[in-house]
Amino acid sequence: MPSSTEHGRPDPETTTPAPSRDGRPVSDRGDTVCVIGAGASGLTAVKNLTEHGFGVDCYERETGVGGAWNWRHDRSPVYASTHLISSRPFTQFPDFPMPDSWPDYPHHGQVLSYFERYADHFDLRRHIWFGTEVVRVEPVDGDRWDVTTRSTGGYGPERTSRYAAVLVANGHNWSPKLPRYEGLEEFRGEVMHASSYKDPAQLRGKRVLVVGAGNTGCDLAVEAAQQASRCWHSTRRGYWYAPKYVLGRPADQVNDALLSWRVPLRLRQWLYHRTLRLTVGDLTRFGLPKPDHRVYETHPIANSQLVYYVGHGEITPVPEVARFHPGGVSLTDGREIDPELVVFATGYLPRFEFLDPQILGDADGSGRPRLWLHAFPPGHPTLAVAGLLQPDSGLFTLAHWQTVLFARSLRLRRDRPQRAAAFASRVAAGAGERYAGRVKDSSRHWFEVGHVDYLRAVQRALDDLEGK
Amino acid sequence: MSGTTEERVRILRGREWAHPVRAARREVLSAVPELDEGCPPLLFVPGFGHGAWAFAEHWLEHAASRGFPAYAVSLRGHGGSEPAPGATLRAYTHDVVQAAAELPRQAVLVGHGAGALVVSHALARYPARAAVLVAPVLGGPATALAALRANPVGTLPALFGGALRLHRRQLFGRELPDADARRHLARLGRADRRAQWQLLAGRPAEPAVGHPPVLVLGSPDDRVVPPAALTRAAGRYGAAPLLFPGMGHDLMLDTRWQEPLDALLDWLVKEPGRR
Ligand SMILES: Cc1cc2nc3c(=O)[nH]c(=O)nc-3n(C[C@H](O)[C@H](O)[C@H](O)COP(=O)(O)OP(=O)(O)OC[C@H]3O[C@@H](n4cnc5c(N)ncnc54)[C@H](O)[C@@H]3O)c2cc1C
Ligand SMILES: NC(=O)c1ccc[n+]([C@@H]2O[C@H](COP(=O)([O-])OP(=O)(O)OC[C@H]3O[C@@H](n4cnc5c(N)ncnc54)[C@H](OP(=O)(O)O)[C@@H]3O)[C@@H](O)[C@H]2O)c1
Repeated sequence: MPSSTEHGRPDPETTTPAPSRDGRPVSDRGDTVCVIGAGASGLTAVKNLTEHGFGVDCYERETGVGGAWNWRHDRSPVYASTHLISSRPFTQFPDFPMPDSWPDYPHHGQVLSYFERYADHFDLRRHIWFGTEVVRVEPVDGDRWDVTTRSTGGYGPERTSRYAAVLVANGHNWSPKLPRYEGLEEFRGEVMHASSYKDPAQLRGKRVLVVGAGNTGCDLAVEAAQQASRCWHSTRRGYWYAPKYVLGRPADQVNDALLSWRVPLRLRQWLYHRTLRLTVGDLTRFGLPKPDHRVYETHPIANSQLVYYVGHGEITPVPEVARFHPGGVSLTDGREIDPELVVFATGYLPRFEFLDPQILGDADGSGRPRLWLHAFPPGHPTLAVAGLLQPDSGLFTLAHWQTVLFARSLRLRRDRPQRAAAFASRVAAGAGERYAGRVKDSSRHWFEVGHVDYLRAVQRALDDLEGK
Repeated sequence: MSGTTEERVRILRGREWAHPVRAARREVLSAVPELDEGCPPLLFVPGFGHGAWAFAEHWLEHAASRGFPAYAVSLRGHGGSEPAPGATLRAYTHDVVQAAAELPRQAVLVGHGAGALVVSHALARYPARAAVLVAPVLGGPATALAALRANPVGTLPALFGGALRLHRRQLFGRELPDADARRHLARLGRADRRAQWQLLAGRPAEPAVGHPPVLVLGSPDDRVVPPAALTRAAGRYGAAPLLFPGMGHDLMLDTRWQEPLDALLDWLVKEPGRR
């Protein structure tokens, strides 16, 4: 199989120009696969595709690898204090462990160095075009794709290359989801989304309102408790604030011990409620609302410090924001507060600005793709998305197996077209399937998956592909 | 590249996630060429009872002199690595995968004796560039029978959890000077009894990830690994073993240590890539 980037950096210019697109030449990259993004998901795609014998061109708009985990990247959602919330065994790639000497929950700087070592160890950088942004991905005859790129920031001319397949790994934690409120424009204080929060100095000495209690909101409330002169934490429901350690072990490891004994969900929920009750205690006495759902029905929060600071009076829990005024904020319980800084830790929305939304099955323009395994769009056997998941564990393992599955499905198309057709109909039949128990209806749960349910489905898909 | 059929990978690893192997300080000895010639690093994995020292005697320096960065790891409880009562085959495998992932580039795993068994398990958790099994002891009842036949007195206690005692004629050829043989024998330690039992139980390794090419080499006069076992091991990876007559089990310590190593390095240089 020709693997056009085996030696040296890819150079589309040296290949023969094929038909043109909008009057510009298109260079035909033959059997090469295009990967968009060199974060965790893109890197593992490059590794696994080359391992399966494919040539790969990867485009990355930043100048380094690591995506979200390189906090110098302008779109990185990571802030100075970020540590993993999934413990090491759940987070590392399944074939490249993090060092034994690292803590259970490494710091974001360690996670970045992990990706840099992964890229060097498997010699991935020679496949990557840094500082290059993908601006359009369009289907052409024969399930091939025209990918148009330019230098990040819009400098220089656009170029278009034709690929046998495309893997999208552009991440889904960079485009802020911002709520709208009456009066927000007139508010005289400072307003920002958590995506632009980097450093606790931004909070120091201020009266701060943090909105949202995902993992970001909880981390920020804790930092505000330590740095700000006042911290209100606004949530529109009660949550299960789970500590990072239970029974002397990382919480996710304890949960998986139960999973591996196949303890049913209801019993696990009951055990978890008991454990939280015995350790963290009843949170309503601090004024926190009672959760309106069972544990595991919202994306898990792993934060041992939030409750601690609430208990020390450094965080004041408050309900949802009703509206803004020039000098303050009204809450839904009628209280008025006067923050100087409001941080919206209200999460992120996926964005595929280079793709026609129809291709990913987003028919109503809501922005929510309809894929099988959150990765494979019906009708497009040479396109896949990796990393579009919100697991109750680490993401990298899941992205690894998604890209292995994609590589094998591509290989099957070439070697055993009949079986590949069966895979394609599986994709069509399974689009929109879910891989988690019941969850609260919220766009933050569009991609929520239980790692065991999800990997079981991927395992079945791999077995089917290999014909076993 | 091989065809499309693949042995089944098992991707749900609940036990490994929920009960990660406890870290143990590792000894890694190395010899690195002065100029980086772009050769892949080699990671040597000694068999039960041996430590990284067994490769530091001759092989590390020679591999480095031929341009290959060469490393040898001592499994926990062996050589200069941390003592580890209750160590399992999974813990040994963990040590090898950790040592491999620490190297700057994708490594070639070279396992000797029962170290080859550890390597065959490590290949399922790390996509090695290539693997070499030297006088491999791959476990199972056949291993026990062969050892019993060659050295009943030394082997019998091991079947009941005692130490496996190997004698000089099993490990070295006739030409090795007595003083050297005694020096090496004195350094031998032992694997944990749990790992020893697991070796005898012989649970087969999961399929290797990333299609590494595999070479098997050994001696027809090895009195630990009979020729039939060598052929069987090589057959698993679809090739014939490379043979070095007249040598003992410890090819890396024997008088003619250079021949098998040169053959191994020549194979790596010629190796066209992944299967
Ligand atoms: C604060 C925070 C903490 C988190 N903690 C954890 C955790 O503990 N464990 C865990 O598993 N997950 C965690 N996550 C989830 C996180 O998103 C993933 O860990 C991971 O970063 C996702 O990797 P990715 O490659 O899919 O996306 P990203 O890391 O976002 O990488 C996408 C890459 O694509 C590039 N790109 C995007 N668009 C284009 C384009 N058009 N052209 C070229 N390149 C493009 C980007 O520059 C980027 O480098 C956390 C997320 C946040 C926000
Ligand atoms: N490693 C780490 O330390 C770490 C840190 C931060 C984030 N992360 C990960 O990064 C991902 C994103 O996390 P995130 O916390 O940024 O986002 P998130 O999980 O989507 O949480 C958003 C929060 O904002 C609330 N919210 C959303 N829209 C709102 C609105 N209009 N009004 C009021 N509240 C609103 C949500 O409430 P509802 O529940 O009601 O929708 C939720 O509490 C997650 O996978 C998370 O695990 C990890």
